[in-house]
Amino acid sequence: MEIKRIMPPLTDEVVESLRAGDRVLISGIIYSARDLAHKRLVEAIEKGEKLPFELKGAIIYYVGPAPAKPGYPIGPAGPTTSGRMDPYTPILLAHGLKGMIGKGNRSEEVKKAMMKYKGVYFGAVGGVAALTMKKIKQVKIIAYEDLGPEAISELVVEDFSVIVINDIYGNDLYELGVKKYAKI
Amino acid sequence: MREINVKEITEKVAQLCIEANCLLGEDVKKRVKEAIEKEESPLGKEVLKQILENAEIARNEMVPICQDTGLAVVFLEMGEEVKVVGGNIYEAINEGVRKGYIEGYLRKSVVSDPFRRKNTNDNTPAIIHCSITKGDKIKITVMPKGGGSENMSEVKMLTPAFGVEGVKDYVVKRVKESGANPCPPIVVGVGIGGTFEYAAILAKKALLREIGSIHPDPFYAEMEKDLLERINNLGIGPQGFGGRITCLAVFIEVFPCHIASLPVAVNINCHAVRHKSIII
Ligand code: SF4
Repeated sequence: MEIKRIMPPLTDEVVESLRAGDRVLISGIIYSARDLAHKRLVEAIEKGEKLPFELKGAIIYYVGPAPAKPGYPIGPAGPTTSGRMDPYTPILLAHGLKGMIGKGNRSEEVKKAMMKYKGVYFGAVGGVAALTMKKIKQVKIIAYEDLGPEAISELVVEDFSVIVINDIYGNDLYELGVKKYAKI
Repeated sequence: MREINVKEITEKVAQLCIEANCLLGEDVKKRVKEAIEKEESPLGKEVLKQILENAEIARNEMVPICQDTGLAVVFLEMGEEVKVVGGNIYEAINEGVRKGYIEGYLRKSVVSDPFRRKNTNDNTPAIIHCSITKGDKIKITVMPKGGGSENMSEVKMLTPAFGVEGVKDYVVKRVKESGANPCPPIVVGVGIGGTFEYAAILAKKALLREIGSIHPDPFYAEMEKDLLERINNLGIGPQGFGGRITCLAVFIEVFPCHIASLPVAVNINCHAVRHKSIII
């Protein structure tokens, strides 16, 4: 299988080149954020405040890692269910977010926003968190430290393996895959 | 009466929590290896390979297979000739969970109240199911249960007229609706009979069976086989990316029930069917 390599910040051209079902390796900086961090990001946008990182071209990873063992930058860190972030996602896409990594279905609103603002949704394999941990080389908390494990971190990743679930053309791998392999 | 000190129970539970989370069962690995051969989708094959690679890293570095190290579900089988000394056994188990989750760098995923949701920071309390057995031994099984797959589980009070086909349709429907959320390939525990709450416990217990084992009752062995085939025909595939292997095994546990009821519980687990037991 062909493997595409990308580095954030993502441009429109890169996003346009990705299709549902593509295997992709990401290297560079991505940001961890889950429920509470999303709430704060959206509140900051609504108040017109400056965001803790540059959203334009950014990739957010929905993750709640296990604690790091001594000598490790992070503990096992697989994706969490993306649907919980759906209510906050369209506004982030409208403000330049280009990629999201998680697991599970997205809402229709998010899918529409991905097409409108040119963003892609990647799936990371759930339950292979030790393997994923190995691809995260450095971790630095950059915002909302008071949220504890839900703070936003900057993660430096190398060859972080993901699959395109939703592309900007309206394709959804979860639907395409089932259609292709179902025997009814 | 044989005496067992609670200290020993705490130590053993701590160890079981760490081992269950870091060491993927050989039965699961064997079934995943077979699944790689059967999987037709290239993406699906890739996912299954990652599962094996992940299990190796977790084992070698003693880190958890998955970051969601779950709620600690504990099955306690107490021999009637055992006397526990030195303290209370439930407290000893919780102390073991606390120790295991802290010393093993496992994620603390328990909130103290369903609405006020403050993390207890030590993964206690455990969910403890106790039963009394013959003899002078204690068997403890620790089963960390992740939230993603637990959230896809359900109990349904069917009526006898639904019969075998009705139950099968219901189980398949539940798996279909779960889609990619429980991180397929999954293992499905089905509890049939008993009462509303007992069906759920049966379903959870079913998940403890060894993958590859065959139900002793040919009637249910056939039903398990049939369900496995129907689920794999859904096409959900590893991680929901589409493919042949959605499910690694279906296990059924049954119990007598009321003349008017046919309770069915479906407990869904990801490939990380983590459980470790010890007999003291
Ligand atoms: S469903 Fe299982 S593999 Fe997936 S995140 Fe939860 S515990 Fe991990």
